[in-house]
Amino acid sequence: MPRPAVERQLPDEESRALVELTREIARAELAPLVEDYEASSRYPREQMRLLGASGLLGLPYPEDLGGGGVGYEVYLQVIEELAAVWATVAESVSVHTLACFPLAGFGTPEQRKRWLPDMLGGDLLGAYCLSEPSSGSDAAALRTRAVLDPGSGDYVVNGTKAWITHGGIADFYSLMVRTGGPGPEGISCLLAPADTPGLSAAPPERKLGFSSSPTAQIHLDGARVSSGRLIGAEGQGFKIALAALDGGRLGIAACAVGLAQAALDAAVDYAGVREQFGQPIASFQGVSFMLADMATGIEAGRALYLAAARLRDAGRPFGKQAAMAKLFCTDMAMRVCTDAVQVLGGAGYTKDFPVERWFREAKALQIVEGTNQVQRVVIGRHLSRERG
Amino acid sequence: MAEPRRVLVLVKYVPDAAGERSFADADSTTVRTTEGLLSELDEYAVEEALSLAESGGWEVTVATMGPEQAGAAIRKALQMGADAGIHISDEALHGTDALGTSAVLAAAVRKFSDEGGCDLLLCGMASTDAGMSVIPAMLAERLGLPQVSFASQLSVEGDTVRIRRDSETATETIESRLPAVVSVTDQINEPRYPSFKGIMAAKKKPVTTWSLADLGIEPAEVGLAASWSPVTEVSKRPPRGQGTIITDDGEGGVALAEFLAAEKFI
Repeated sequence: MPRPAVERQLPDEESRALVELTREIARAELAPLVEDYEASSRYPREQMRLLGASGLLGLPYPEDLGGGGVGYEVYLQVIEELAAVWATVAESVSVHTLACFPLAGFGTPEQRKRWLPDMLGGDLLGAYCLSEPSSGSDAAALRTRAVLDPGSGDYVVNGTKAWITHGGIADFYSLMVRTGGPGPEGISCLLAPADTPGLSAAPPERKLGFSSSPTAQIHLDGARVSSGRLIGAEGQGFKIALAALDGGRLGIAACAVGLAQAALDAAVDYAGVREQFGQPIASFQGVSFMLADMATGIEAGRALYLAAARLRDAGRPFGKQAAMAKLFCTDMAMRVCTDAVQVLGGAGYTKDFPVERWFREAKALQIVEGTNQVQRVVIGRHLSRERG
Repeated sequence: MAEPRRVLVLVKYVPDAAGERSFADADSTTVRTTEGLLSELDEYAVEEALSLAESGGWEVTVATMGPEQAGAAIRKALQMGADAGIHISDEALHGTDALGTSAVLAAAVRKFSDEGGCDLLLCGMASTDAGMSVIPAMLAERLGLPQVSFASQLSVEGDTVRIRRDSETATETIESRLPAVVSVTDQINEPRYPSFKGIMAAKKKPVTTWSLADLGIEPAEVGLAASWSPVTEVSKRPPRGQGTIITDDGEGGVALAEFLAAEKFI
């Protein structure tokens, strides 16, 4: 049964056409491949190129640098539409967009003009490297060290980055490295191309979900990155990383809402045709109240991420709301996908229906771009700061 | 640089097969839907025109005849990359049959040609709603132009268009002088998706609206009343009935074979 289209508020005719284009590509090019590619851990590189050619890999960046020039209000609804069909692809677009942020937000005009059009052009794929094996939530404790070699003008980088989406298949890596002393002030950001000598990827992690996209450690073994690829000033890296994450969290929130929407649609469809005691199970209050709660959570999540997006688009602070959206939407998606499995019962627990996969995928969203515990830390800090 | 040559792609706005459908009124097979779109088979004609343009020296105009919402078909073609659009729209056109449609399109092509020349006319192989496949032939006849239909490959050299037509028994290569009316099949190319840049650019591209008066056609010549083959009655097909259910009590295979034999499947 085709999914009913989500009623969307969009600012203009062009963004409506963009969402329509996204739906068309998702329906015709992505939907037929999801099950096979997820089952065989195959990354849809060609389909990502198609999204790139259609302009979907640079949406929230300026048009004069090759981006789409759209606000987060529109970009995130595109992410949500993709996630409702293939969460891995939506997350991939979100991570690529995150990886472009350091250069777009903090690069010099020369650096941006030189590299950004290609990064946003659709052929290249980016990765964002902050976490390390021993520093995840405590990101400022990262140990990967970059030392400037005055002779060559290169940074020589040594260390290991962990949990890197697109690790091994990305064309460029936004690396957070330590150039100074301990703590956040000692961190800098480097934009390293994939063919950087000394940069290599470990074999992909064997994950619970999001199987079609590789997540791998990135080893930096005397990797030489030109000092011309330092983004922002030395010591500014952690600030850049956190600013990137504010936007990235909204991408994950939108992924979560799309995923939950898919799960709700499947649950409503199933409950409408599955009969027990002589009637569709949707007619039982026990099931229909579950569906009602799922639908309500999704609407609330969508409204929350869009409220944060509209703050961002208006140039207002949105970090607190972004953390709230990430926290709420991903917890909501976990609950909705859990309930969707429950509504489908035994069928929901089998691989004959996609809800068990969505259930596994929802779990990742509570962890990535800052665990939901870290989101609460972020929100709590905002609250204390607002008190003065 | 020489003036670009002009290709006119004739497209149709058709009901979205995935949408809810109903008949517009009791004596017309015009299907009304909440959603319509550029006929999928016409996307191949648009794509072929765009690849000509990419090879250099061609300007692509897309024309459609239909009510206001048919502008969506033009918009889609502009988003894909066409340069300009012509929307032939007039209240009196409702219910026009294929003969009438070809007369209106012929008048539009003449006007288009008078205003800047027309070197090639491209059509899809059929519409996805009525599916008559007659418009290219009728149009060529009315315009006195060569008709080269069902192209699965197309190339232009100088003033010659060469196409390949695949049939079950033979593959024909056909040449014609330009201008000509060419219809293309769904084998000729893989239509592109619009890009977001294309969507943004489309809103700045010119779309001209022509009424019957602009084309010098009297309202009485077209529409339902002028139709050569008026539809006398329209009714929805009843929903498909339940199939034959064979309960397998050991003889199910035999019953199934007998059913298939009776239906001449085996």
